[in-house]
Amino acid sequence: MDYLFQILGPLLAGTGVTLQVFALTLLLAVPLGLGLALLRLSHWPLARTLVGGYVWLMRGTPLMLQMLFIYFALPFVPVIGIRLPDFPAAILAFVLNYAAYFAEIFRAGIQSVGKGQYEAAQVLGMSRAQTMRRIILPQMVKRILPPLSNETITLVKDTSLIYVLAMNDLLRAARGLVQRDFTTMPFVVAAAFYLVMTLLLTWGFARLEKKYAVYDD
Amino acid sequence: MPSTTTEPMLVARDLHKRFGEHEVLRGVSLTVGKGEVIAVIGPSGSGKSTFLRCLNHLENIDRGEVRIAGEALVTTTADGLCRYAPEAEARRICQRMGMVFQHFNLFPHLTVLQNLIEAPLTVKGLSRAEIEPLADELLRKVGLFAKRDAYPSRLSGGQKQRVAIARALAMAPDIMLFDEPTSALDPELTGEVLRSMRQLADEHMTMLVVTHEMSFARDVSTRTIFMDGGEIVEAGAPQELFGRPQQARTQAFLRHML
Ligand SMILES: Nc1ncnc2c1ncn2[C@@H]1O[C@H](COP(=O)(O)OP(=O)(O)OP(=O)(O)O)[C@@H](O)[C@H]1O
Ligand SMILES: [Mg+2]
Repeated sequence: MDYLFQILGPLLAGTGVTLQVFALTLLLAVPLGLGLALLRLSHWPLARTLVGGYVWLMRGTPLMLQMLFIYFALPFVPVIGIRLPDFPAAILAFVLNYAAYFAEIFRAGIQSVGKGQYEAAQVLGMSRAQTMRRIILPQMVKRILPPLSNETITLVKDTSLIYVLAMNDLLRAARGLVQRDFTTMPFVVAAAFYLVMTLLLTWGFARLEKKYAVYDD
Repeated sequence: MPSTTTEPMLVARDLHKRFGEHEVLRGVSLTVGKGEVIAVIGPSGSGKSTFLRCLNHLENIDRGEVRIAGEALVTTTADGLCRYAPEAEARRICQRMGMVFQHFNLFPHLTVLQNLIEAPLTVKGLSRAEIEPLADELLRKVGLFAKRDAYPSRLSGGQKQRVAIARALAMAPDIMLFDEPTSALDPELTGEVLRSMRQLADEHMTMLVVTHEMSFARDVSTRTIFMDGGEIVEAGAPQELFGRPQQARTQAFLRHML
């Protein structure tokens, strides 16, 4: 029991790092993903192609590789070469990667809204922007909640990848303790922490889904 | 009666529209005066829906001219160049026309009342206090005030279509377009929708109604138009058109329908 209290400190500190990466990624990647989805569906061929290529690149290579690239290789890239500290590098990689996944979820959600909705809005005099904001996107939200929930839970677990930049997230903190104290107890506690975080997310999304259940399509 | 020369509500001149190789409208012209109720009948694929959709900019025409209350939505120059009004302008012009679709196209995420007031709020910039009384009145008129806070998925087809009519009316249009408003309904539900439309006609709303309901065309329209193969084959007062059709194609169609 004493041991439990003793490891709680470092594990909670690790959880703090994990939560920061998680929250910042979500906060930045969701709007970026939405912007990318809108560009992907725009009438601008160049934007569609570029976003398509971007999504392919980000989903087609491992997130860990992207993170290593941004941290170690980006400084040597001509013109844009900058050296980022570990935390910003990790956030940048996560945001760029997750924005691609979110963009695909948003795109599918937007495309699942029928043509009749656009026409109804148009004959009522609504502009394209008004139609998107007031009619299409609100309907999209209900439809993307299940995949968005999946992706968000994956993100919680993916945060553990930042150990490659030697940052002390929850998993790395636990591993350090395991190696130091020769007991697997820290792993068990870390697992419990991850489970609590995903449980809270699951619960949050369930509440959202319930809220949107007031109407059927 | 004061003799004022008023613009026709709607003028369509020589509309041409093709989808790929298929010429769907082959020179359709129609002038609609204020208060007229025009029924458009014709076989499937004759271009009735396309005609309506070209009037309110849901489709772009290839050649011709559309004027709403004197304002040009689209014109064609002598050398055949088709020119639309700029986007915002076109939107403003088309706002004078309401449209009711075969499949209602209500906004499922909004309640009945919200469906009615959405466009007046966002497009016209009215306040809730200004538009809600009108919306309630329209809902009473179509007999759905009790459903004002229900979501569309809870309504029957006939109720949905009546909400769609009220939603279009909430924008206070001068013309109402209907594209087969009862075709998606169970037969026992068409009556309530036709009643609302008839009431609107009695109030002298200018209406353009594509329909397979021959009795509605005959009893309510001031003029019936028969379309076939992308053109208006015959037009006239319903008694004339139904009683003494002149064209062989009209006769064949009516024989088949009645
Ligand atoms: N978006 C489109 N792309 C290609 N062809 C189309 C399109 N819309 C309509 N058509 C074709 O144009 C023709 C006329 O269609 P339209 O829907 O105007 O007929 P309609 O008279 O309304 O028929 P119905 O009574 O079945 O509704 C049809 O042959 C149809 O297949
Ligand atoms: Mg049709």
